[in-house]
Amino acid sequence: MADAGEEEATSVSEPLDLVRLSLDEIVFVKLRGDRELKGRLHAYDSHCNVVLGDVEETIYTIEEDEEGEETVKTIKKQSEMLFVRGDSVVLISPQAPS
Amino acid sequence: MENHTNANTSAVPDGKDPSAFLSEIIGVPVTVKLHSGIIYKGSPVSSTKYSDLIDQTGELQSVDGYMNIALEKCQEYVNGQLRRTYGDAFVRGNNG
Repeated sequence: MADAGEEEATSVSEPLDLVRLSLDEIVFVKLRGDRELKGRLHAYDSHCNVVLGDVEETIYTIEEDEEGEETVKTIKKQSEMLFVRGDSVVLISPQAPS
Repeated sequence: MENHTNANTSAVPDGKDPSAFLSEIIGVPVTVKLHSGIIYKGSPVSSTKYSDLIDQTGELQSVDGYMNIALEKCQEYVNGQLRRTYGDAFVRGNNG
């Protein structure tokens, strides 16, 4: 890492650079199983294992009432710190989605 | 898709290999479909004539060997309906 380091600090030459530029920022993480996280990115690796702080987790479930009517229900959970195993990650975005 | 780059002389004489194709479409608006059926589009915004404003929009920024993908101005479609937009998005490869 002698000479490669400096100009790579801000550039995006591989996809994970986008994640690197989001370190210590709030990120949105979409997970498998209709789950989403929003929190501060403390650490990540090439497997997309991530450590997030001050996390809000949103879980989307479909509930069926007696008439068979389906409604989407959202559950929110707060966590101080989360480790997420990379294989459940679908997408990571630096900004909150609109 | 028109192919203007047959001059690409690699191991494959005529056509090209998949990774050459991928590196060729860096900076181009793309549609990415995952196993789940979710579609991510880098939308070709009409104002690409102002391309001096950094790169244009809705583009493939980069791909790596795992097919991790970085997209700009990304739109997320679920069941054909626009769900969200992201300024930038990292899509993990291997989403089986």
